[in-house]
Amino acid sequence: MFEIDKIRRDFPMLERTNEGKPLIYLDNGATTLKPDCVIAAVNNYYQNITSNIHRGDYHLAYLADQAYQQAREVVADFINCQSKEVVFTYGTTHGLNQIAYGYGIKNLKKDDEILITVAEHASNILPWYRLAQLTGAKVRFIPLDEKGKITVENVKLALNERVKIVSLTHGSNVLGYISDIKAIAAAVHEAGAILVVDRAQSVPHIKTDVKELDCDFLVFSGHKMGGPTAVGVMYGKYQLLEKMEPLLLGGGMNYRFDIAGQMLFKDAPDRFEAGTPGIEAVLGLKAAIQYLQNIGMDKIALYEKQLKDYAVSEMKKLDNIIIYNPEPDIGIISFNITDQGRVLFGQDVAAYLSKHGLCLRSGNHCAKNLWHHLGTDSTIRCSLYFYNTKKEIDKLIEVLKTATLESCIDVIF
Amino acid sequence: MNSLKDNPILKREIIMDHYENPRNNQLIDDENYRKIHLYSSSCLDDIQLQVLISQGVIADVRFEGIACAVATAAASIMSELIKGRSISQAEEIIENYFSMIAQKDYDEQLLKEAVVFEGIGRQVNRVNCATLSWKGLKQLLDEDEKR
Repeated sequence: MFEIDKIRRDFPMLERTNEGKPLIYLDNGATTLKPDCVIAAVNNYYQNITSNIHRGDYHLAYLADQAYQQAREVVADFINCQSKEVVFTYGTTHGLNQIAYGYGIKNLKKDDEILITVAEHASNILPWYRLAQLTGAKVRFIPLDEKGKITVENVKLALNERVKIVSLTHGSNVLGYISDIKAIAAAVHEAGAILVVDRAQSVPHIKTDVKELDCDFLVFSGHKMGGPTAVGVMYGKYQLLEKMEPLLLGGGMNYRFDIAGQMLFKDAPDRFEAGTPGIEAVLGLKAAIQYLQNIGMDKIALYEKQLKDYAVSEMKKLDNIIIYNPEPDIGIISFNITDQGRVLFGQDVAAYLSKHGLCLRSGNHCAKNLWHHLGTDSTIRCSLYFYNTKKEIDKLIEVLKTATLESCIDVIF
Repeated sequence: MNSLKDNPILKREIIMDHYENPRNNQLIDDENYRKIHLYSSSCLDDIQLQVLISQGVIADVRFEGIACAVATAAASIMSELIKGRSISQAEEIIENYFSMIAQKDYDEQLLKEAVVFEGIGRQVNRVNCATLSWKGLKQLLDEDEKR
């Protein structure tokens, strides 16, 4: 039994409005709403245990440090790894930059290859472009299949002895397809490369087990799973973390240094957490994970699948819609609306939806390399989370039916 | 006679007309034109603007790009309004346009069809769309003054 009404009461934002209409939030691929317990955890740090971590010289600091380290245990349990393999970051982008720079700079040389796809988010492309510039390695793109999916076969075809890193999304933020990471990891390892997995869009929705997947690095963000912004996780197999340079140097990550320029860094994970982290955000993430675990990731995935299937089938009934991923694996649906055969510009439609309380994003969703594949410049994206309802989908459908060039322009007056 | 700004149906028709049949909507390969490439930081709008200034007069204005209805119509209306004006007249129009967007006093007569965007200041997320090409024009004229 999925107690949707009870769950919705946990999210204060669901009581709010958008342009004076009850909020219908369908932009969960961008960020998610926060349950009370997360907000309380953030507040608790500020109201009861404010102090910095790493230096438990007094009792309060010990409490903060302990809470912070407990959060690491909670994350480790959530993704099935050791807590020393959990590095807190500022988010997925930070994690990918750390890996590209820190692992890549030490382990890649001229003419080595990095494999990615055109379906990647900017944060899983640009750090690799820079690594290629710095090392003389090359970035190559694994072709997507005709539906836009990453297949094991295409990964195998693209692999060769020069490939050192393969970095892929687990769930595309535009097309919502889930890749078979376990099979891809096996193929990548057989070719002697490592696999980095961007799970920003899938960790919030599907149970994650890094042992089962056998990926080498895995990154995700807290704010896409009910947690605070500016906190994320970089998982890495410990022997790889040991071989990685920190991206950021500073306090908290070193044992000692001297005026001769000698530096001795701490071991992972501390080595990668220079500076004061977002302590309240880490504690909020811990609360978010516990909240998801309380409901159960399997239940969340099942509910979201049913909701996604409903949304797709209702949207398909519209005669003024183009759906670019009619069979998504997770609750991400990319579409455009037409008026007399002409595609309406996504932003005009999104502004019209906003007038009715509906929050959806239009644009290229930071995946600028993907658009040639889709044959459009941009889409409107409906991205679901477990607090969304069929009733909200019905409202979306009702409003989409009335979206025309005229109605989209009228909202600006 | 009611003014245009109080007639939403007519305003809608003007915007649709400029969106579906944008004026001066073709760039030219001519080095005498000043050029600027405008991107919106908040959405996809991507417009290239060209202006030909000759003896203190804006002899031609052209644009091309991918943009929403508001940004496209704003650029098209601007191009018609500005073409053939002296630089000082154009600057006066630009100043009035930005006053209108900021919900301040402005000269309705001077802005003609551009008053269709009179209410855009209340749609804060669309202000960028309605001002992208205008900011570009202002920048080109400011650069021209420095020459």
